Amino acid sequence: MPITYTSGEQVEVYRFNWPITIGVPATALFLQAWLPRHLSFFAMLDLPLLVTIFFGISRRNPVSGLLTGSIIGVFQDALTSLPIGINGIAKTVVGYGASSLGVKLDVENAGARLLVTLVFCVAHKIVYFMVARGLVNLSMQWSWPHELWAAFINAIVGVFLFFALDRFKQRT
Amino acid sequence: MESVLGRYKNLIVLVCVLFAQVLGLAVQVKRTTDTESSRLIRIWAVDSVTPFEKVLNWMHNSSWNIWHNYFYLRGVRAENRGLKAEIERLRLEQIRLNEDAAQARRLQALFAFKEQFISQTKPAQVIGSSGSEQSRAIYIDKGESDGLKPDMAVITADGIVGKVLKVFHSTSQVLLIDDQSSGVGGILEKSRLQGIVRGTRSGEVVLEHIMSDNPVQPGEVVRTSGGDRIFPKGLPVGAVSQVASGPDLFLTIRVRPAANLSKLEEVLVVTKLVEQEPTQLESGSVRAADILAQRLPSVPDKPPAADPSKAGAGEAAKPSAPAASKPAKPAGVSNAPNTNAANPPKPDEKVPPRPQAQASPARAASPSSLTGGLTATAPSALKPATEKGPAPPPVKVVDPTPSAPKPKPAAPLANAPTPTQDGPQ
Repeated sequence: MPITYTSGEQVEVYRFNWPITIGVPATALFLQAWLPRHLSFFAMLDLPLLVTIFFGISRRNPVSGLLTGSIIGVFQDALTSLPIGINGIAKTVVGYGASSLGVKLDVENAGARLLVTLVFCVAHKIVYFMVARGLVNLSMQWSWPHELWAAFINAIVGVFLFFALDRFKQRT
Repeated sequence: MESVLGRYKNLIVLVCVLFAQVLGLAVQVKRTTDTESSRLIRIWAVDSVTPFEKVLNWMHNSSWNIWHNYFYLRGVRAENRGLKAEIERLRLEQIRLNEDAAQARRLQALFAFKEQFISQTKPAQVIGSSGSEQSRAIYIDKGESDGLKPDMAVITADGIVGKVLKVFHSTSQVLLIDDQSSGVGGILEKSRLQGIVRGTRSGEVVLEHIMSDNPVQPGEVVRTSGGDRIFPKGLPVGAVSQVASGPDLFLTIRVRPAANLSKLEEVLVVTKLVEQEPTQLESGSVRAADILAQRLPSVPDKPPAADPSKAGAGEAAKPSAPAASKPAKPAGVSNAPNTNAANPPKPDEKVPPRPQAQASPARAASPSSLTGGLTATAPSALKPATEKGPAPPPVKVVDPTPSAPKPKPAAPLANAPTPTQDGPQ
């Protein structure tokens, strides 16, 4: 059963210790800045987004999820030449959505994770595009094939990443 | 009321966080310059990421150097032979270019053009990227402590890379020329058409603002025009890869960057540009006929004494006669060119530039005697710089050759400050 509708009491809520809470997003930000220089293919990946989704659906706390997404997004923006807040807003929305979904659904197997990550990657791109075009007036071009392909690649990587990060989960 | 707040707590927090970020965005967008409000966050982010990047970069380079410098030396001899042949070819090319450069300087001096020279560069290593497809920027391991400032040009030996956008304590962010927010003044090498080199959303580089009725051929080289006041004129930008009609009256010209922007390892930051009027080092006695004589094929050299009738003309350009061949001293140039082989200048000694148009007696004499009126026909506006107005600024040039017993072509940019590299090497 890929996605299970459960009540809030039935789903497992996880927490993470502080080194993981800080270290995993920091590592994701670092790899996102370092890897594309050596392998340009990695520019298509959004590791901070995957980490945001993972923490969101694991903690199942909307406030925690949106704050995690917000902080990760703002720091990701700080490494670019663009105004700070574009990724911040998009990841805030994704963090909120992922944690809200986590409250309702039990997303533990690979198929469900693939689907959820795919949807959130597309949602993230849409919000990013709207903010960049509407608020910052960046000239961006929307290309469905590119965005879907990037979302699919991110979802595949996300499945493996989530299983790797599962070992750091602590039951509450 | 409390129940409402409790019920919609998550939503209220979401709206507040989003509102705060939208407000922050609005502040940043309104101010065109880098805002201090966002600078602190950028410093935190950069300082937390770049140290690890530097360490990894150092480890990567060290292992690479050990492997390539001590173990993997296959083909080095063949490469050495190839490089030697290349040096010979480049030397020949340099001689030709020196002639052109000398002529260009003379003409620029006549019209009192101002030139920009790269006076000082700082080598830097690329340590990271912005990690985003929307922002094409890289990080280098030199920053404020190394004298870097925003808007400094960043180049490689192949061509331009971008400009310094943000400077931190020991790192800097460089905006690449393929970023959609970048803009560089460009000029087509052959047709001399000027436009703006911009990046596109997909990371390509295009040359804009070229009217569609202008002929532009694929393969034509694009260079910097100097109009942006960041890049000095003449640096290679890339080559035209595709030309198509644009939506308006302009052409859509795609440019393949000369520097490989996706595989940058080391770059040079231009930390100092010198702008000055080119100096005319020759005396007023240098005539157009003498310049022409250098370019024309001539009869074999004869001893000057063999033809007493041409003694007057030959004496003016005789290299062994110091009074005639020595250029008039520009103000501040204290010494005559050191042509004494017995006292060669030391390699690190600063010596004044050599005369740029020393013709052999035979070459100088015969055409000038035939076309002696050429200099007289020059209009007054084309007077040599030494005759018009203030004296040129004092310039001393480091001559890398220890001795110069025979007349050689002038060193490239002999009147320009010698570019220096400072830094770790």
